[in-house]
Amino acid sequence: MNRFAALLDRLAYEPSRNGKLRLLTDYFRNTADPERGVALAAMTGALSFRYAKPNLIRTLIAERTDPVLFALSYDYVGDLSETVALMWPSAAAGSLDSPALSDVVSTLAALGKADLPGQLARWLDGLDEIGRWALLKLVTGGLRIGVSARLAKTAVAALGGRKPDEIELVWPGLKPPYLELFAWLEQRGEKPTSSDVATFRPAMLSHAIVPDDFASLNPADFAAEWKWDGIRVQAVAGDNAAGEHVSRLFSRTGEDISGSFPDLIESFTFAGALDGELLIVRDQRVQSFNVLQQRLNRKTVTPKLLAEFPAHLRVYDLLVDGTEDLRELPFDARRSRLELVVQRLSQPRIDLSPLIPFADWEALARARADPAGAGAGPDAEAIEGVMLKRRDAPYVPGRPRGLWWKWKRDPFVIDAVLMYAQRGHGKRSSFYSDYTFGVWATDADTTELVPVGKAYFGFTDAELVEIDRFVRRKTLNRFGPVREVVHDPEDGLVFEVAFEGLQRSTRHKSGLAMRFPRISRLRWDKPPKDADQIETLEKLLPVDDVPISASGEGATHARKGYDKH
Amino acid sequence: MRPQDLLIPTPAGLFCPQGGFHIDPTRPVDKAVITHGHSDHARPGHGTVLATPETIDIMRLRYGDGFAGSTQAIAYGEAVEINGVGVGFHPAGHVLGSAQIAVEAEGLRIVASGDYKNVSDPTCVPFELVRCDVFITEATFGLPVFRHPAPAAEIAKCLQSVTLFPERTHLIGAYSLGKAQRVMALLREAGYRRPIYLHGALETLTRYYAARFDLGELKLVRGATKDELAGAIVLAPPSALKDVWTRRFSDPVTAFASGWMRIRARARQGGVELPLVISDHADWDGLIATVAATGASEIWVTHGAEEALVRWCELRGLEARPLHMVGYGDENESDDDAAGTAP
Repeated sequence: MNRFAALLDRLAYEPSRNGKLRLLTDYFRNTADPERGVALAAMTGALSFRYAKPNLIRTLIAERTDPVLFALSYDYVGDLSETVALMWPSAAAGSLDSPALSDVVSTLAALGKADLPGQLARWLDGLDEIGRWALLKLVTGGLRIGVSARLAKTAVAALGGRKPDEIELVWPGLKPPYLELFAWLEQRGEKPTSSDVATFRPAMLSHAIVPDDFASLNPADFAAEWKWDGIRVQAVAGDNAAGEHVSRLFSRTGEDISGSFPDLIESFTFAGALDGELLIVRDQRVQSFNVLQQRLNRKTVTPKLLAEFPAHLRVYDLLVDGTEDLRELPFDARRSRLELVVQRLSQPRIDLSPLIPFADWEALARARADPAGAGAGPDAEAIEGVMLKRRDAPYVPGRPRGLWWKWKRDPFVIDAVLMYAQRGHGKRSSFYSDYTFGVWATDADTTELVPVGKAYFGFTDAELVEIDRFVRRKTLNRFGPVREVVHDPEDGLVFEVAFEGLQRSTRHKSGLAMRFPRISRLRWDKPPKDADQIETLEKLLPVDDVPISASGEGATHARKGYDKH
Repeated sequence: MRPQDLLIPTPAGLFCPQGGFHIDPTRPVDKAVITHGHSDHARPGHGTVLATPETIDIMRLRYGDGFAGSTQAIAYGEAVEINGVGVGFHPAGHVLGSAQIAVEAEGLRIVASGDYKNVSDPTCVPFELVRCDVFITEATFGLPVFRHPAPAAEIAKCLQSVTLFPERTHLIGAYSLGKAQRVMALLREAGYRRPIYLHGALETLTRYYAARFDLGELKLVRGATKDELAGAIVLAPPSALKDVWTRRFSDPVTAFASGWMRIRARARQGGVELPLVISDHADWDGLIATVAATGASEIWVTHGAEEALVRWCELRGLEARPLHMVGYGDENESDDDAAGTAP
């Protein structure tokens, strides 16, 4: 438990992905079985036991500490698990009897509810501050250390110099503590084989196209499709040896998200693997991403949610038909097979993403500019551009060059004024690199800037240095790591901010939330008074937009666990 | 004599009317008795200063020769009499030269402990327990959540990180008097033999320490090449961690050696990636053990989290009161640009 605790502790502070990978790989390399396998399970969400409730933790600490001292401490620390971990009366030095992570997990899985408090207290007695903190995170069910399942698998893969996709391929057949996986990676054993009929295949991804690319591309070599503004998924189904039909839905990174979409899974009456987009369809009409967001990341899937946000799968590729792997076939051949499969399937919740006919790049550019007029009709609201796929390309996992291109519609652009700046992390730790910007709002007698978003990329390194210098020179106030900078009508810094969309939000003062905002240009030439008004933004809101709640499902968090193309 | 007549909290610091002196005055006074050299306790401009020789040296290094009208050095274990009040100096274990001050008159003894810690520190004389009637304690870490781990374990954590990230500079923020030099000594105790690099602001005091303790090979960051600094351990005052000064390092790991690092939000707020819980103040267990061991029947709590410590004393049946002293706290917990562009 101590090694695992030390790892979690270090990961919790490490901002960079590479740093996290190094820490994880180092842990997996230097930790014995079965501990490391259980740790991997904890980080990939593969453990199941009854989580302890905060009230139980409160009761335990109340039995051991003075209520006033606890209240003062909790008030200072601000986090229940951390407060308890720190102020738990420690055993005499040298008497620590630290439990093994594997023992903790196996005991938790078997433990009755009534025995949990006593067992938890015994473990807490045997651990130091960091150990207690890690244990409490584990038993309350939220590691939240910024490590995705994919990252953990990538770190494991590095142990044997493998690619993470190779881990994904064998993953569905594996169970904690993954002894055969580690044996294979350390060249002590055979590659694990999977007898699972519904496994994830690593997805093929596209590159963003730039105008210069078109000159070297022949339109006849490519098929075009709409780029749907949904969630990229893989639907896999088949009959196992026992004759049962197994259906699963995976995110782009291979996370099994079947549990969140029971309404869609029911339709997987095929055998094979389909690549497509998860969308919400109401009255035969694809809804915008804002609507889809309200279905995502819900812990509990209620009948009401299912009724209001019916999940739909719009497919565009076929990786496996029955048990036949089609990935080596060219796109055109896969597409023909896909059309047959979808037709045969005849499931209302699964349909085909149409091809866009085009003769030359100009024609495709017109379709991209006006999807509604180019055949998409009312679905145009859920389209964020077009995809180009080479007709002779096989399905290649990862992001191969030159085979698939995405050509997104132009972003929205506004001019906003820098209001607050915060220092970044890692290489940017001495730079003010996270910016909150605002636009003008006028009511009866006042005109003031209201914050409308935050961005921390889009600028070059040289521009970052310039902005940083501006922030340091023009600081009005300091709040911890945040600085308020000058933002008067005549004095301040105007950013041109590009973003993909806008929606109402109750968590921002302006009532708006931007999607993927980034700084596209610095407007040193423009006085703040000439920046945009809030009305300009409000006009961009979709008509049927519903505010997203303040309960933690805002725009910036919506895609946690789900990834786009 | 009642304790509250012997020592009185005033806006200028603790004042002894009979002796006519202040302890750690926060503004210029005639007679100052100084516990230790941190800038919130030792300020320039007093008429006379009574302190240990090391504290007087440190004040001179920080403020220059004219920092006081006159000085009187006093060694640990010695006492002087000022207008019939005995003033004795005892090691406080906080930083080099730090002292607790025992003030005695008419059989009543009050110990003003200044800042103290009761754990070993290779760079200063260990804390000495002085029995007394009234014990005046700090409460910087006066909450039961503050329990400092063994410093050696924290240093091991740092060295492990150096092994794991051998190409990254490990930049450790540490207060320039005491903490920085203690970290250097701890690194040497742990077997770290490579040169340790210093921010220019640490140079003077570190040189003073290095004349007394073996701190190994020390170099200044100024003048070192970027290649040389990759993978090196660099010590800097905390304010420099966020300064443009750090841009000379390749992908640094930002560490901070402080008792505050026990609290995650504190570390994260400061952008610290490698918190090292190493403190020159007693932790909660240290405070309550010391308070109990002095045998004092009355406890006065000065700066820090007074409320919790007073509560603990009450639970133990000890009379306790907060003094609500202002002007004391962490030195160089200053604004993020205080180090400016100093090299």
